[in-house]
Amino acid sequence: MNEFLLVIHRDLKSKDASPSPEQMQAAIKPFQDWIGGIAAQNKLVGAPKRWDGDGRTIKQNTVINGPYAEIKESIGGLFIIRAEDYDEAVEIAKGCPILQWGATVEVRMAVPAV
Amino acid sequence: MQPQELLPHLFRTEYRKIAAVLCRLFGIEHIEIAEDIVSDTFLSATENWSLKGLPDNPTAWLYTVAKNKTKNYLKRDTIFKQKLLPEIKYTTDSTGEIEIDLSAKNIADSQLAMIFTVCNPVISAESQVALALNLLCGFGIQEITDAFLANKEVIYKRINRAKEKLKESEIRIQQPSLSEIGNRLETVLTTIYLLFSEGYYSTSQNVTLRRDLCTEAMRLNYLLIENPATNIPAVNALFALMCFHASRFEARANDHGEMILYEDQDELLWDRDLINKGIYYLNQASTGTSITKYHLEAGIAYWHTIKEDAAEKWENILQLYNSLLILEYSPIAALNRTFALAKANGKPAAIAEAEKLNLSSNHFYYSLLGNLYTGIDNQKALGHYETAMNLATSANDKATMAGNVERLKNLQE
Repeated sequence: MNEFLLVIHRDLKSKDASPSPEQMQAAIKPFQDWIGGIAAQNKLVGAPKRWDGDGRTIKQNTVINGPYAEIKESIGGLFIIRAEDYDEAVEIAKGCPILQWGATVEVRMAVPAV
Repeated sequence: MQPQELLPHLFRTEYRKIAAVLCRLFGIEHIEIAEDIVSDTFLSATENWSLKGLPDNPTAWLYTVAKNKTKNYLKRDTIFKQKLLPEIKYTTDSTGEIEIDLSAKNIADSQLAMIFTVCNPVISAESQVALALNLLCGFGIQEITDAFLANKEVIYKRINRAKEKLKESEIRIQQPSLSEIGNRLETVLTTIYLLFSEGYYSTSQNVTLRRDLCTEAMRLNYLLIENPATNIPAVNALFALMCFHASRFEARANDHGEMILYEDQDELLWDRDLINKGIYYLNQASTGTSITKYHLEAGIAYWHTIKEDAAEKWENILQLYNSLLILEYSPIAALNRTFALAKANGKPAAIAEAEKLNLSSNHFYYSLLGNLYTGIDNQKALGHYETAMNLATSANDKATMAGNVERLKNLQE
């Protein structure tokens, strides 16, 4: 078994962000069911936390509205799962209910400690 | 009450109180002396009361005799006197006599100190449960053997090894400090819950004994509620959980001791007083910032006290199981969560999730699949139920699984 980081990116900043606050509200149950399903397979590593939408971004010689101004997506959530390989991790990630509103899920495998 | 009825009752209620006070007085290295003195006290009661009839106040009689026997022992045993007397915690009255304090407060304090002594991580969880039954609940080796469906010799060794281990580790019989309680309480609650589960889920046919185990677990838990230092939300949550479970005791077995499934239980046999008690303690538990697995399990048990299949009920149970699994995985929670998922989101969704569970050596897994496929593909359902029946090991489980097969066959005809 390997560990994989699932990072959900979504638009938190735009005025007409998708998912909208209403869509996010509707996503709570499917999201909980999704995470619960991963936990029921004993593939969840640690409880997912909720992260605020405030946040800070740090760069050397900070320039406000720098090159990242073009990027609309922020981290919406992240947690770690257990899976055999990328195929299995991706299969699990596909269950993310926020995908339908334009979110993306980034999957990264932890490099095994040698 | 006649002596022959009263004595077993007093033995159950008073043995552990006197034993706790004496154990704390003597220290862990001499618990056998404490146990001998208490046993001897009850022996005297048996002989004396059958000859002379019951004293006016049997409990006070026991306390006085136990005190005198202790004092005599301390006077007589010179080694004990020289080595231990300077160290032991005792108070002396004006005459310089050792005062053995059997006041309600000291009994409660001593019992609490004993709970923390027995539930010490230096001994294994199963030893903690056995020792708790023996030292804290006054159960004999035979009773513990019956409850565990174990070999008497095994239990005897387990208890003695546990006592030796506590002595070797020089565990002091004392209440932990306020700062220690947080860490230590978790082990205590685990042991109390194991003790309860041993009674609740045991396959032992002795229903009275099983019920006693549950009552004892609740009593120990209640001691923690009564003491302000240990009366924290998790303690109340566990008590609520046990109240909800215990409320169904009468309804969950038939006259032959066979299990009756939740959906077939007669709701009128559920104990409303215990349910209300559970609700009260669950409210008491709903303070502070941490949610423990006892809170979540008590919440699940609470929703089970409502018999009707309302959508709200199963949605709540599903979300509580989601949270429980996120907090701590267990196969049984995974199976129950999938059952709740079927009730809340429908059987097809639950079947898809069930097939990911990877619990193919667990007979409950096949009985869940049997349940999910019933009405969707009865042939498949039957196959799963039969697999479950073959995998089940205990006679009780086999009978339940056979009942499922039978029920489905009747449905098909």
